[in-house]
Amino acid sequence: MQEPAAEFTGAQLIWESLLREGVDTVFGYPGGAILPAYDALVGYPIRHVLVRHEQSAAHMADGYARASGRTGVVVATSGPGATNLVTGLATAMLDSTPLVAITGQVGSALLGTDAFQEVDITGITIPVTKHNYLVTRAEDIVPAIREAFAVAGSGRPGPVLVDITKDAQQSRAALDWDAATPQRHLRHLPPPLDAAVLAQALELIRHAKRPLILAGHGIQMAGARAEVLALAERADIPFALTLLGLGAVPATHPLSLGMMGMHGEAWVNRAIQEADLLLAFGMRFDDRVTGKLKEYAPNAKKIHVDIDASELNKNVPVDVAIAGDLKDVLRALLPDIPVADRSAWLGAIREWRGDSAVRDIQNLPDDGHLYAAHVMHDLWKLTKGGAVVVTDVGQHQMWEAQYYKHDGERSLVTSGGAGTMGFALPAAIGAKIARPEAEVWVVAGDGGFQMTFAELMTAVQENVKVNIAIINNGYLGMVRQWQALFYESRYSATPILSPDFVKLADAFGIPGQRVETRADLAAAVGRARAAQGPALIEFKVEQEDSVYPMVPAGAALHDMIRRPSALAETGSDPA
Amino acid sequence: MKGGAIPKVAVPQVSARQVSAPHVLVVYTDDEPGVLTRVASLIRRRGFNIHSLTVGPTERAGLSRMTIVVDSDAPMVRQAVEHLRKLVNVLEVQQLGERPKVIRDLVLVRVAARPETRSEVLQLAQVFRATVVDIAEDSLVIECTGSLDKIDALVDTMRPFGILELGRTGAVAMARGTRNPPAGRAPLPLRTGTESMSV
Ligand SMILES: Cc1ncc(C[n+]2csc(CCOP(=O)(O)OP(=O)(O)O)c2C)c(N)n1
Ligand SMILES: [Mg+2]
Repeated sequence: MQEPAAEFTGAQLIWESLLREGVDTVFGYPGGAILPAYDALVGYPIRHVLVRHEQSAAHMADGYARASGRTGVVVATSGPGATNLVTGLATAMLDSTPLVAITGQVGSALLGTDAFQEVDITGITIPVTKHNYLVTRAEDIVPAIREAFAVAGSGRPGPVLVDITKDAQQSRAALDWDAATPQRHLRHLPPPLDAAVLAQALELIRHAKRPLILAGHGIQMAGARAEVLALAERADIPFALTLLGLGAVPATHPLSLGMMGMHGEAWVNRAIQEADLLLAFGMRFDDRVTGKLKEYAPNAKKIHVDIDASELNKNVPVDVAIAGDLKDVLRALLPDIPVADRSAWLGAIREWRGDSAVRDIQNLPDDGHLYAAHVMHDLWKLTKGGAVVVTDVGQHQMWEAQYYKHDGERSLVTSGGAGTMGFALPAAIGAKIARPEAEVWVVAGDGGFQMTFAELMTAVQENVKVNIAIINNGYLGMVRQWQALFYESRYSATPILSPDFVKLADAFGIPGQRVETRADLAAAVGRARAAQGPALIEFKVEQEDSVYPMVPAGAALHDMIRRPSALAETGSDPA
Repeated sequence: MKGGAIPKVAVPQVSARQVSAPHVLVVYTDDEPGVLTRVASLIRRRGFNIHSLTVGPTERAGLSRMTIVVDSDAPMVRQAVEHLRKLVNVLEVQQLGERPKVIRDLVLVRVAARPETRSEVLQLAQVFRATVVDIAEDSLVIECTGSLDKIDALVDTMRPFGILELGRTGAVAMARGTRNPPAGRAPLPLRTGTESMSV
């Protein structure tokens, strides 16, 4: 590609490598130890998005990656710049987002001396990255960055950090791209599929009367939507989704049951408890979806397919464990999947669903109060289910998951494994930059939004059109809900004041609106969508509303707290 | 006493440790700074109980070999293996399991040995084919290599005399029979020094 004799500075080699990896955008914040790299950036056709806090840079890169499937890139300086990335790296690690973080480091002679802004960031980030590098020589920059991309994107994806000393950025080296071809990431690819194990899986599927697919995040990462749907349709198997699985298969598909787990619908959890076969695809039996393990799916045989062998037989012992790429596995299985008709099983689930649906708040008459559930439902209708929604963490996140029906792949971006408040706004900015044609909505709580709202200015400076729905209930609502249920309603440190969000929007130079009744919702959403740049709507919702149904932490899946029964009386048919 | 005869002390009644069948992992890694930290961090974070971890160079430049003795039940050990396999620096993890294997540990133990007990200590050391590597006025330093149980037995035997200092290397293990080279799916890295200062 490049004549090996060409001499570059280490700083240039960083950008040369990123260009060759196909990077068009990086999210970052400069400082002393990364200054040589920033100086060299001027000559490269790479967009740099200047954030207001490095944590947000990591979330933006994360949102960029989740919305697009490409690897996100973050740049930060040493010391506090690097430590500010840690929450973002952990968030990416727990949700398997491919991310490469490049940090400046003090000169190699100063390493280990507690020099100004020297922090051992490779030491700090070992548990929250797939791998990391400390590069002290210019000639090691290209191999490290190439391998970082290979590691981040292969197997079960995740974040990788490359820490580069200032002297490595300043000294010179030749660029030999081909000699730096990464290999070590290939060490850990899953072994070839075992025909005997596939046969066992088929045997279980053949004999199952009440099978259920548990659809997870891995489906999107493996690009296996078509294969999952083909299997489900052929064998007439319904599917339940994890939070991160939402969008992996269409919510409005006739075989889709909805979300499982702590705030999953009662009929979905009941189906899990009554199933005689679970097919877990790209999910990991997190405690938020299993409830009490001892009583989890007691009647079911289990087939578990995951790219990460360490997830197999971890929380839930399974009958058939397959470590592999889901798409490959399903392609191997599909030709032998028997056509089946399971109307009895599907009919039973439909009956349970009918009972739950009448408890649904959607069926309440409009009594002048605004419920977050209304907001989500109406937003779904108004955007025709076509938006990319980026949610923060809390009650609003669960209501979004329950009431916004995600049909499109990568149409929900949310922090599941880490549950990082403050994620939504920056991640949405990243998502919009990755997919400029998409309509992107932030759904955030009044608490979480206040963690990272400085990034509004990033959206303005970079002209990123994101629409923002703040669900203002005056509380750290999810924590308040736990206090109400499990701590005798002692609301310790959960009432939270907010600024006047409309004025706040004004200060950032973007249109802001406040909505207090359901009647005003549609018009406000319309105006926000029509606005040229970012637009903000504050929804003042019922303050002490709770998310139902709910499996209390540690309880069995079928021990749900249902929606208040008072609501049951007013029900009509579900929408 | 003649070497080879095994008197009553050889089968310890009381062992410092109760590992009936310890799980032994052999882990091949890149010989780079930071690898031990990554492995140790993983073990600590996932809560795997380890009895010992030893590391050293191998017959191949750039390749290190660790022996990890794990004090956990089988599912935990399987987890540990799978997590180790995810480390970029790990080429191969072998679980010696049921296979015939040699496990060796080395101990240096400084035992109190007054004139009146010295010959008894020496005699007992001989039973274990241990060597005396240092003699002071009131103590001896004994060196012994052997299986974990043998070392435990030696230590138990010396305890009544007074153990003043003790150091063990931790186990090094190898499967018996045909050689089992690291079967990493990719060759060693072509370069060195990328992680030249890594933690
Ligand atoms: C960074 C961070 N700190 C604390 C928490 C714990 N936590 C989970 S939900 C929640 C409340 C969120 O409040 P808000 O953003 O207003 O959303 P709501 O639940 O009211 O919809 C808190 C504090 C968290 N998930 N992340
Ligand atoms: Mg709130």
